[in-house]
Amino acid sequence: MKHHIKNGRVIDPANGIDQVTDLFIADGVIAAIGAAPGGFVADNMIDASGLVVAPGLVDLSARLREPGYEYKATLESEMQAAVQGGVTTLVCPPDTDPVLDEPGLVEMLKHRARILDGANVHPLGALTMGLKGQALTEMAELTEAGCIGFAQAEEPILDTTVLLRAMQYAKTFGYTVWLRPQDAHIGRGGVAHSGPLASRLGLSGVPVMSETIALHTIFELMRATGARVHLCRISSSAGLALIAAAKKEGLPVTCDVGAHHLHLTDADIGFFDSNARFTPPLRGQRDREAIRASLLDGTIDAICSDHTPVDDDEKLLPFAEASPGATGLELLLSLVLKWTEDEHGGDALPRALAKVTSSAARIAGLPAGTLSVGAAADVVLFDPNARWKVERRALASQGKHTPFLGYELAGQVRATVVRGRVAFQR
Amino acid sequence: MSKIFLNPQLNKHGELLHLLSIEGLPKAILNHILDTASSFVSISDREVKKVPLMRGKSVFNLFFENSTRTRTTFEIAAKRLSADVINLNIQASSASKGESLLDTIDNLSAMHADMFVVRHAQSGAPYLIAKHLIETGQSHVRVVNAGDGRHAHPTQGLLDMYTIRHYKKDFTNLRVAIVGDILHSRVARSDIHALTTLGVPEVRAIGPHTLLPGGLEQMGVRTFTNMDEGLKDVDVIIMLRLQNERMSGALLPSAQEYFKSYGLTPERLALAKPDAIVMHPGPMNRGVEIDSAVADGSQAVILPQVTFGIAVRMAVMSILAGTHA
Repeated sequence: MKHHIKNGRVIDPANGIDQVTDLFIADGVIAAIGAAPGGFVADNMIDASGLVVAPGLVDLSARLREPGYEYKATLESEMQAAVQGGVTTLVCPPDTDPVLDEPGLVEMLKHRARILDGANVHPLGALTMGLKGQALTEMAELTEAGCIGFAQAEEPILDTTVLLRAMQYAKTFGYTVWLRPQDAHIGRGGVAHSGPLASRLGLSGVPVMSETIALHTIFELMRATGARVHLCRISSSAGLALIAAAKKEGLPVTCDVGAHHLHLTDADIGFFDSNARFTPPLRGQRDREAIRASLLDGTIDAICSDHTPVDDDEKLLPFAEASPGATGLELLLSLVLKWTEDEHGGDALPRALAKVTSSAARIAGLPAGTLSVGAAADVVLFDPNARWKVERRALASQGKHTPFLGYELAGQVRATVVRGRVAFQR
Repeated sequence: MSKIFLNPQLNKHGELLHLLSIEGLPKAILNHILDTASSFVSISDREVKKVPLMRGKSVFNLFFENSTRTRTTFEIAAKRLSADVINLNIQASSASKGESLLDTIDNLSAMHADMFVVRHAQSGAPYLIAKHLIETGQSHVRVVNAGDGRHAHPTQGLLDMYTIRHYKKDFTNLRVAIVGDILHSRVARSDIHALTTLGVPEVRAIGPHTLLPGGLEQMGVRTFTNMDEGLKDVDVIIMLRLQNERMSGALLPSAQEYFKSYGLTPERLALAKPDAIVMHPGPMNRGVEIDSAVADGSQAVILPQVTFGIAVRMAVMSILAGTHA
């Protein structure tokens, strides 16, 4: 199938392209930008006038809930949500049930995803068996099965020796360790940012030092082992300052932030709105400003949706009992655009898209997130100005909970192409 | 971005629909409740201790957490207003069978409840209930928060204000000290909001750092870790109960050491103003937070608090029953 995407604003941050032109796709790969390659006859013509044509988004954290939590979401529903949100590559954390700690489970997941022929699914393997923080997993076997890195998801490792060994072992084979910095004890059981709001509402807090203490430990272990680490879901200004210093020192570290933390603070909890319950928690105004500044100065490398489908029964509970997380695959693009709206800079859009395409792909070590000739044709076409209302029925994901429910957001996906196939069109 | 949150306890005319927290309530509403309560105080002295204000209304006491004392005062208050009272100890019934909080609420509203008095171990649970009632078209049902987690205990806060007003007449020249486990105390939070709203110029919180939550300054509170300094020249002392499970562990080493540093003894009481009153939400731990000589002394107003509590709860329930959604 040959596609001719005509007259769109083609933005490819990886190659510094931002111009109104044509894009040609043949045999599942990008064939050309600008002029058609010799002898190119399109089977399908898409008029992209007024639309942005960009690499499909690369989401560094999307929970698909399979295996084990099919009542919250299934691969079918979430893969549809992905293409509807313009996400063509997604990385899923290992906190499924059973945990992704065996090659067979990873192969099964990859197989299920391949049959559905939607977004490219790349699992993270568990760093330790059962995420229990005791025994290492078979990282080489898991890599062969398709894991692109190793993570502990939301389970901190209690015994620092095990984390040291895991990093040494990962370094041996050149694997990246994905860690969300959180102290195993401080802030455990906490449900909101430690601060005036949590004190007022009588919610137990997660102090910023839960993040910074863990970062200090991780950086020391990186110095000792030389392991490459990707830090997930940074939440605080103090944490970002430590990461900026570590990068300056030359440690092989990257980091991402969840899209919600770009826009919201603990004040959005309002009167105990469980849709604003996140892990890590939404923090204060200054933290949010630091997150935005760190995206611009490069301290933060990527923005992810942190997609976490939660069903009604687990959300319609008192705040501290409600499951944390929100649906995100279909909001990621709009939340990134919302940030660029706030930025006002001339090249804000390409710079922002880099955080969900080229830069994210580099972290994951994947040849994705680019419109380079010869690259897999993963492309999103979106109208940056069309507004859509966030409501339950607008979402393909089985997770219907988001703090943006009822909001009108800019940025509507018109078509998503995965490996040269139009996987979604509206 | 910041959302605009409408206070769910007020209707569009700014009238009290539910009593969920004292925070965010205007002074006029607090005064209205206290004034209404004073008209009910005398009823308890009559031979027939009833008024027909809530005749035919059903009040459901929903206690997801045990509390015989608070439940009883609500029950008495509702009965003196001629309401029918149904007591449900949820811990012992549906929750243990796995029924969700909101399913329980739907079931009970189907029995035509007019008011829920809710005690729950989780902060914010009454908000969830109030919001659910509105979203499911049951906004005629009223919710009274009888204590949620560490968050709020608004009727206790109001009865404390009633007590202070009874003895001190005016709020605007007072120094009030709240002593003890502020971190875990919903009473402290409700008292702080009430005191600052009613214009008390100096609210103090006294306790060790392990029991003082961060952010008290933003609530308009001066914190003290030294009991003697904190009590100096105060007009009102509100002692908080120290839960048994917190007496020894990582928060405090022992009840004895706590009493030594923060127990209210006659010597310490002498540091406050000579006419200072001593309050306690009960039940007291004699010898842990308060010396018996103080608890039974002339400055203690702990039993009048209980009496006023019934009038205040009658006021709250009758006001809510009379408000239209």
